[in-house]
Amino acid sequence: MANLESNFIGIKSPNPFWLASAPPTDKEYNVRRAFDAGWGGVVWKTLGEEGPPVVNVNGPRYGAIWGADRRLLGLNNIELITDRPLQTNLDEMTRVKRDYPDHALIASLMVPVNEDSWKDILSRVIDTGCDGVELNFGCPHGMSERGMGSAVGQVPEYVQMVTEWCKKHSNLPVIVKLTPNISDIRKPAQAAKDGGADAVSLINTINSITTVDLDLFAPQPTIDGQGAHGGYCGPAVKPIALNMVAEIARDPALKGLPISGIGGVTTWRDAAEFMALGAGNVQVCTAAMTYGFKIVQEMISGLSQYLDEKGFASVDDLVGRAVPNVVNWQDLNLNYITKARIDQDACIKCGRCFAACEDTSHQAISMSDDRTFDVIDEECVACNLCVNVCPIEGCITMERLPAGEIDPRTGKPVSDDYANWTTHPNNPMKCAAE
Amino acid sequence: MSDTALTPGIRAGRLNAAAYDENFGDLHPRLDDHEALVAADRCYFCHDAPCVTACPTDIDIPLFIRQIATGTPEAAAKTILSQNILGGMCARVCPTETLCEEACVRETAEGKPVLIGQLQRYATDVLMDQGSHPFARAEATGKRIAVVGAGPAGLSCAHRLAMRGHDVTVFDGRAKPGGLNEYGIAAYKSVDHFAEREVEWLLQIGGITVETGKRLGNDLTLKQLQADHDAVFLGIGLGGVNALGLEAEEKDGITNAVDFIADLRQASDLAKLPVGRDVVVIGGGMTAVDAAVQAKLLGALNVSLVYRRGRERMNASTFEQDLAASKGVRIITNAQPIAIHGNGAVREVEFEYADDDLKPTGQTFRLPADQVFKAIGQTLDGDGLPDLDGRKIAVTDTGRTSIAGVWAGGDCAAGGDDLTVTAVAEGRDAAEDIHASLMG
Ligand SMILES: Cc1cc2nc3c(=O)[nH]c(=O)nc-3n(C[C@H](O)[C@H](O)[C@H](O)COP(=O)(O)OP(=O)(O)OC[C@H]3O[C@@H](n4cnc5c(N)ncnc54)[C@H](O)[C@@H]3O)c2cc1C
Ligand SMILES: Cc1cc2nc3c(=O)[nH]c(=O)nc-3n(C[C@H](O)[C@H](O)[C@H](O)COP(=O)(O)O)c2cc1C
Ligand code: SF4
Ligand code: SF4
Ligand code: SF4
Repeated sequence: MANLESNFIGIKSPNPFWLASAPPTDKEYNVRRAFDAGWGGVVWKTLGEEGPPVVNVNGPRYGAIWGADRRLLGLNNIELITDRPLQTNLDEMTRVKRDYPDHALIASLMVPVNEDSWKDILSRVIDTGCDGVELNFGCPHGMSERGMGSAVGQVPEYVQMVTEWCKKHSNLPVIVKLTPNISDIRKPAQAAKDGGADAVSLINTINSITTVDLDLFAPQPTIDGQGAHGGYCGPAVKPIALNMVAEIARDPALKGLPISGIGGVTTWRDAAEFMALGAGNVQVCTAAMTYGFKIVQEMISGLSQYLDEKGFASVDDLVGRAVPNVVNWQDLNLNYITKARIDQDACIKCGRCFAACEDTSHQAISMSDDRTFDVIDEECVACNLCVNVCPIEGCITMERLPAGEIDPRTGKPVSDDYANWTTHPNNPMKCAAE
Repeated sequence: MSDTALTPGIRAGRLNAAAYDENFGDLHPRLDDHEALVAADRCYFCHDAPCVTACPTDIDIPLFIRQIATGTPEAAAKTILSQNILGGMCARVCPTETLCEEACVRETAEGKPVLIGQLQRYATDVLMDQGSHPFARAEATGKRIAVVGAGPAGLSCAHRLAMRGHDVTVFDGRAKPGGLNEYGIAAYKSVDHFAEREVEWLLQIGGITVETGKRLGNDLTLKQLQADHDAVFLGIGLGGVNALGLEAEEKDGITNAVDFIADLRQASDLAKLPVGRDVVVIGGGMTAVDAAVQAKLLGALNVSLVYRRGRERMNASTFEQDLAASKGVRIITNAQPIAIHGNGAVREVEFEYADDDLKPTGQTFRLPADQVFKAIGQTLDGDGLPDLDGRKIAVTDTGRTSIAGVWAGGDCAAGGDDLTVTAVAEGRDAAEDIHASLMG
């Protein structure tokens, strides 16, 4: 059995599945039950400064996108940071950490951008015995209007400055949580690194409006006839989060910066994908909010089965495995030539591939009177659209043309030399072939 | 192949070879990967799920279905088998329509439950096809336990005891282990020698010795078993059969349904198994339905199942009744047998209609019959057993009997439904109690 124990920037937990800072980690009651259910760690719901806590709306705070069978695909929220008194949270964190010494407990923090505020909150959370802090530079609504959250996360200089303060005023490991509401995620990551961060975590939620009520003419969730943009999360955001994680993981300047992967993790497989792209652990929010704490059992059994099947002794063997294979477009091999192939025995003759290719792609599928669908190699550019729209898994596949064969589309023989755009004759900026 | 469905008498080879294969093929073939994913996708992952409560072995159904959905059927199988070591057989034989699937919230909402049984079959098949056994024995305890009866109750008990590190000897009077899994369950529910393969797979845990051909009462005594072992578990099922109490019950052509089914299950060539042209089955439970359906599948022309009360009182579920009807079995209710006619061999059975309180109405009818199967219930068989509660061995929640050091479970024990899955649960729970009391 593979070892699922996780050591993320020196913080140990029984497994790499942490609950992200959000309602699931809002209070002692939840967190105890989460640990009992099998979660390896939690990032406590973001704490604010001393004083009257923020208030949340008293109408609906979530909106959602569903599949036809009500599978929740994306969640949008307008919740703020914790709305409970600071001391209450600190007392609860202290008790939980005392009773669960082997589980990771991270304090998530968001206070105004001045050194004293950060110094003060740090001195107070240290006493809880927590294993580290996460700086919430991500929240895209409510807090950003007050100059916090993503308003900080979008300005690399602020990110660096606050990180420096936190390193200066505590010995705790510092994780900087990044907002995806920015055009180049590497910039704040670099700032965090320059500020001395021990790790970054990403993504926080994405600015979004999930739906518009077409009778009220207002975004949902609607509060007294109006709505505000919220933060999007859940399965729908995973592809965006994966890319951002990979961008950081493969940036030579950020090499070695540990990453906690967040965004749509719902199954063991999602977690494994984040890890393969360089995340040392993962954090989960929406999946727990949709299905309850129990889903971690599937994540644990699935990941350990996968590691066993791969012959990996621990999660560390997986972390970053896919990073070298994430390259820029210009590095892809243009001599890798494939053609779509239809398995006629599997085909149910629905014609979706034909419609897709004929109407919107390269007119590379023929349809006979008896509804036989064939690929026209002379036209097929191997775009993969037919594979993606075919309802039968494995019915259409992409097969590589062997070297030496003539590609009927170009009339040229297939070469097994690697050659990319940088050396292509059509590239006005091509460099000389080596 | 001269005999056909029309040939009178009890004859073999009424069908052509292909018809036997088709008739006795898998009732619900295993879902393919795609079907399993689609079926799994329908599960809502309910909290404190009602389907789990409805499963006598408390399988964590939402978890195992989610494990299928995420492409790890092996993990799903482990989730199933850790609660129910005969999860493979239960997936085939459980009346899910009255257990987990009846309780499924999607049955309530749409009348279409998640296909829990078929998903369970899918997962356990994947794991068992890999030939691996996912459980290991705890450190040896040096304790020796005798299990009498190698049916679902005994096997489940033995496996759990072996897992806890005890050495187990299972004694069974029959030639093969498996109990009714091997000799009773309808052939189309357990094809390709599944019962036998499952026992072999179960025994892979080690620490279990099976001694067949050893009967308590003939070859063994409870006293001796107790003297030789640290504990004894009785899972002897119901060996006896209720009689109709009619004159002429011994006429040729009148058989216990369970014996007909056992012969059928053990037949190496179904074409050699004789069956009547006009078959009458008396009873209203699973055994009656199975005998009737399988008689029909063997090529009997007319099969009537006659039950003394109304349909809703039949022990066979609606699904089983519908299955029988779909195979061409005629179900007659509110009729009691009053006489068997025939000269040496049975020719006709005479019935009298009765109302729901079994009060005879005076109206009678006769059914032609060259073969009659009695399926009006099985009974506990044996002397020197622990105290009874009614007609079965009295037990506590964890299977303790009136004799210290002797536990019992499954059909032979009082309480609980006479189902494979119940027997598995009782065997498992008794094993845990035996373990606790020996190690405590
Ligand atoms: C025809 C038929 C069809 C059925 N179909 C279904 C179904 O579809 N689904 C379902 O859930 N349930 C079904 N059942 C019920 C189910 O088979 C039983 O509830 C289950 O097998 C009980 O398990 P058990 O271990 O208690 O007893 P059994 O399976 O009866 O096993 C008892 C074992 O003990 C042995 N034994 C008996 N006496 C002695 C002795 N004195 N010494 C040594 N060994 C002894 C027997 O040889 C046997 O191997 C069916 C039953 C019958 C008869
Ligand atoms: C209702 C809700 C409240 C959240 N509150 C916080 C918060 O207080 N602090 C924080 O850092 N992130 C917060 N998040 C963001 C999550 O921690 C997480 O980054 C995001 O939801 C993406 O992960 P997911 O797809 O698993 O949900 C919140 C998310 C939701 C849905
Ligand atoms: S989930 Fe609970 S708190 Fe939220 S609206 Fe529903 S009942 Fe109220
Ligand atoms: S989309 Fe797939 S199934 Fe449909 S016609 Fe094309 S190849 Fe056949
Ligand atoms: S009741 Fe139905 S939907 Fe709910 S967990 Fe069980 S199988 Fe899934």
